[in-house]
Amino acid sequence: MYEKTLTQLAAALKSGEFSSRELTAHYLQRIEKADGHLNSFISVTAEQALQQAEVADNARASGNAGRLAGIPLALKDIFCTQGVKTSCGSKMLDNFIAPYNATVVEKLNAAGTISLGKTNMDEFAMGSSNESSYYGPVKNPWDLTAVPGGSSGGSAAAVAAGLVPAAMGTDTGGSIRQPAAFCGITGLKPTYGRVSRFGIIAYASSLDQAGPLARSAEDCAHLLGVIAGHDGRDSTSVARGVPDYVEGLNAPLSGLKIGLPKEYFGDGLDPEVEKAVREAVKVYESLGATVREVSLPHTHYAIPAYYVIAPAEASSNLSRYDGVRFGHRCDNPSDLIDLYKRSREEGFGEEVKRRILIGTHTLSEGFFDAYYTKAQQVRRLIRQDFLDAFEDVDVLMGPASPTPAFDLGAKKDPVSMYLQDIYTIAVNLAGIPGISVPAGFVGGRPVGLQILGTHFAEAQLLNVAHQFQQATDWHLQRPAFAEEYA
Amino acid sequence: MALEESHVRRAAHLARLAVSDDQASGFVDDLSRILDMVDQLQSLDTEGVTPLAHPLDATQRLRADEVTETNQRDTFQRCAPAVENGLYLVPRVVE
Amino acid sequence: MQWETVIGLEVHVQLATRSKIFSGASTAFGAEPNTQACAVDLGLPGVLPVLNEQAVAMAVQFGLAVHADIAEVSVFDRKNYFYPDLPKGYQTSQMYHPIVGPGEVEITLEDGSTKRIRIHHAHLEEDAGKSLHEDFHGMTGIDLNRAGTPLLEIVSEPDMRSAKEAAAYLKAIHSIVTYLGISDGNMAEGSMRCDVNVSVRPKGQEAFGTRAEIKNVNSFRFVERAIAFEVERQIELIEDGGSVVQETRLFDPDRDETRSMRTKEEANDYRYFPCPDLLPVVLDQAYLDHLRGQLPELPADKRERFQNELGLSAYDANVISASRDMAEFFEAVHSECGDAKQAANWVQGELSGALNRESLSIANSPISARQLGELISRVLDDTINGKAAKEVFQALWNGQGESADEVIEAKGLKQVTDTGAIEAMIDQVIADSPAQVAQYRDSEPEKRGKMIGYFVGQVMKASRGTANPQQVNGLLKEKLDALL
Repeated sequence: MYEKTLTQLAAALKSGEFSSRELTAHYLQRIEKADGHLNSFISVTAEQALQQAEVADNARASGNAGRLAGIPLALKDIFCTQGVKTSCGSKMLDNFIAPYNATVVEKLNAAGTISLGKTNMDEFAMGSSNESSYYGPVKNPWDLTAVPGGSSGGSAAAVAAGLVPAAMGTDTGGSIRQPAAFCGITGLKPTYGRVSRFGIIAYASSLDQAGPLARSAEDCAHLLGVIAGHDGRDSTSVARGVPDYVEGLNAPLSGLKIGLPKEYFGDGLDPEVEKAVREAVKVYESLGATVREVSLPHTHYAIPAYYVIAPAEASSNLSRYDGVRFGHRCDNPSDLIDLYKRSREEGFGEEVKRRILIGTHTLSEGFFDAYYTKAQQVRRLIRQDFLDAFEDVDVLMGPASPTPAFDLGAKKDPVSMYLQDIYTIAVNLAGIPGISVPAGFVGGRPVGLQILGTHFAEAQLLNVAHQFQQATDWHLQRPAFAEEYA
Repeated sequence: MALEESHVRRAAHLARLAVSDDQASGFVDDLSRILDMVDQLQSLDTEGVTPLAHPLDATQRLRADEVTETNQRDTFQRCAPAVENGLYLVPRVVE
Repeated sequence: MQWETVIGLEVHVQLATRSKIFSGASTAFGAEPNTQACAVDLGLPGVLPVLNEQAVAMAVQFGLAVHADIAEVSVFDRKNYFYPDLPKGYQTSQMYHPIVGPGEVEITLEDGSTKRIRIHHAHLEEDAGKSLHEDFHGMTGIDLNRAGTPLLEIVSEPDMRSAKEAAAYLKAIHSIVTYLGISDGNMAEGSMRCDVNVSVRPKGQEAFGTRAEIKNVNSFRFVERAIAFEVERQIELIEDGGSVVQETRLFDPDRDETRSMRTKEEANDYRYFPCPDLLPVVLDQAYLDHLRGQLPELPADKRERFQNELGLSAYDANVISASRDMAEFFEAVHSECGDAKQAANWVQGELSGALNRESLSIANSPISARQLGELISRVLDDTINGKAAKEVFQALWNGQGESADEVIEAKGLKQVTDTGAIEAMIDQVIADSPAQVAQYRDSEPEKRGKMIGYFVGQVMKASRGTANPQQVNGLLKEKLDALL
């Protein structure tokens, strides 16, 4: 069963080939057998999943099953799930049982999907390798000595290993696209505001966006259709109709104008990765697309701007973790300041502390204009780069990451870790959608092709990605791990 | 803009993070490297560019003034470290 | 040296919305602790704020009432600091682009003169919770019911020059917000709270002196007392060769003094930045026009109309227009009886006195405006005399009768104006008082005027207060003089 894509599983459930209960049990069994090697889940909610599966089967029996009813999924542990531990990968929230569901979770529940559990992640979504998790690093099923990427590393690894057909992640600077690329799966970051952020534990509010990680663009299209849409509980969610993302998948690509940002093919790009990406572009040419070089002149300012804006917002967003109303509280605080300082010192890991300190410093008196105001100005220039480019081309293509997955423990220096996100981070600053699709391998580790569109161009991105996957089979490749361990 | 240990200590205090002496020097190193990278921004001329706070040019929608929430104190306080008589407890606050 | 006082006020007004500024939790006062603190108010992980349209409308109404510029685009910022009553570790406020820009308020001083006080701006923000310092095993208890209640912070320019002006300004703000119905203005329950910035400078000097901010000044009286103390403190300090420190001080109403709040180890650094969870609030002209059309007549307009059209004195007009409830009560009384001066006298005199004695607000007056207006009408048309009117008032106050006429009838208070009946009573009194009559007759003519009082009293008593006093006076004089 696990070889099938979500789309195929939905068809099989519909035709009665197997029940949701059987399917759910199958995946739970795979998690049970294999996840000890991957560490991709923080919590597995087996009992609840089987109950949900039964409800889905009953709904199907009575003819009330929706398109995705009975499909097992996993949720990054950043989505609040009522009655289930929601840790955000942090000791701070190790004891936090969320009292409500995120809107994404509500929508998935309403669609009848099954949640198998909560996946591992970088602490508070701060990281590009899943090594900052309080629950330990996740391993890449293609190579257990490699990182799965981050911060949605658990979601990506679980999908790649066939422990779940698809999973939900969030992307603040590349946290869906980069792990999808590292794990050889398809990951979509929608336009900022397309998916409600309510109930998603905030990292950087003006950048965070939830999206699916799955086997194919078609799977992502199904899932985005469920989770997208306006939510009255999120002021930044956009009141705009949700198209049928599946409907447009088969539109032909003849005449599609592809732009290759020259800045995405410069220094620091692994030549083998570049080769794989250029091969992929050739496939598009064979499908009738035209290709031209474009420029996003402010690309190199994206990481500096991001590391002002994201930590600034994070430093404020994470102030609520003070040991008073929920979360970790130190033992025997001597006074209020001690309560705050020790609870936070004990509850947060190194990377989170670094970002809180950076954000606090750059917002503080005397530094605010030089850092924060400046970064916001640069943010406008970066967004304008994309808007200008989309005047000339329909989509942009390039690598999702300058290298394939690196080794666990390889990036000790925070800045070298940050530089990994060079091709993904500007997308969040601009708020545009992006998708990473598998496009080959370098040294046995997957390479991701990143496709970018203008605001709310998800349907086009999915169409463009799907057509590639009709012409290639990179997305169907499975790591040996999927067979051997599970 | 060079970062000094006093900056880190001040930020740690504002952010209510206990930082030991050992940690402080480590943070000074890390944060200095990060800020050196960030300082590339200073080379860009942004004169006259309006800061961008949100990626979309959207405006705030308003909620009708209705009471939609019911009392869920017991549920919410189930995850609280210290409560008594419905109050959250903290070490004595001196005014 | 001659000193001049410079005062600016920051007034926090709780807006009378049903739900909180960013959540759907109730704002009702006095609930059990934390029963009105929802996930958003508690700052639980993952929750988000959504702005209450009524809070925006109320802020705009205030802005329109003080002739302020309303911001076409206003933005919410985060003010970052840790405190147990501040659940998120930041207060959502408006630092850089407040919703209400510069405006002005006219204040009236006791001598009837007026002065314009400029408003620097007013901004929307969320209230914090409350720390309860009763002993919980040496701990402090936190109640977050109040967290997220909408506040309008109204910041004045340093335009006030005396404690009286500051109090008058606070009263003017109170009038405006209660007229608009955007706040109940209840200072005892904290619906309106005030911080006072005070400095002194040598008279004639242009530069401001160093100011102290006094917190917790939560009544009109306290404003005057706190300023009076603080001004004296600052002057003494300077005259003794010291200098004023810029600091936050707390007013202690029990000791009638201000004292320095324990200085924090360092200055605050609130790290304001635009709240990424909220988008810019954009208001268009049509919206402003719509709200402008709904504004009630405001205190300053009413005051002017009462003076110019109804002929009230500046003092009366000011006192009556200060409260919308009182002004509207007065207007209803006036429309019933048609005499503005009498209506003003009764509302400010008998009615206010009775209300004060029983600590009732005019909205809860046991006597309706209609009843009081009718009562006044009966005085004006000579149906009853002034003494009887007070009795009727008391009866109506106590609920002994539906209308003045009913009470007058039931108690037989109708004024006796029948000359024959009054003459009969006078004759009886004269017959019963031979000693006094003799005294009257033997007195010097200029002393007789005083002595007639005795006879008037006797006649009024005989009539049980219903005889027309003027008539009694006239007839008595005639009859007594006839005996000379």
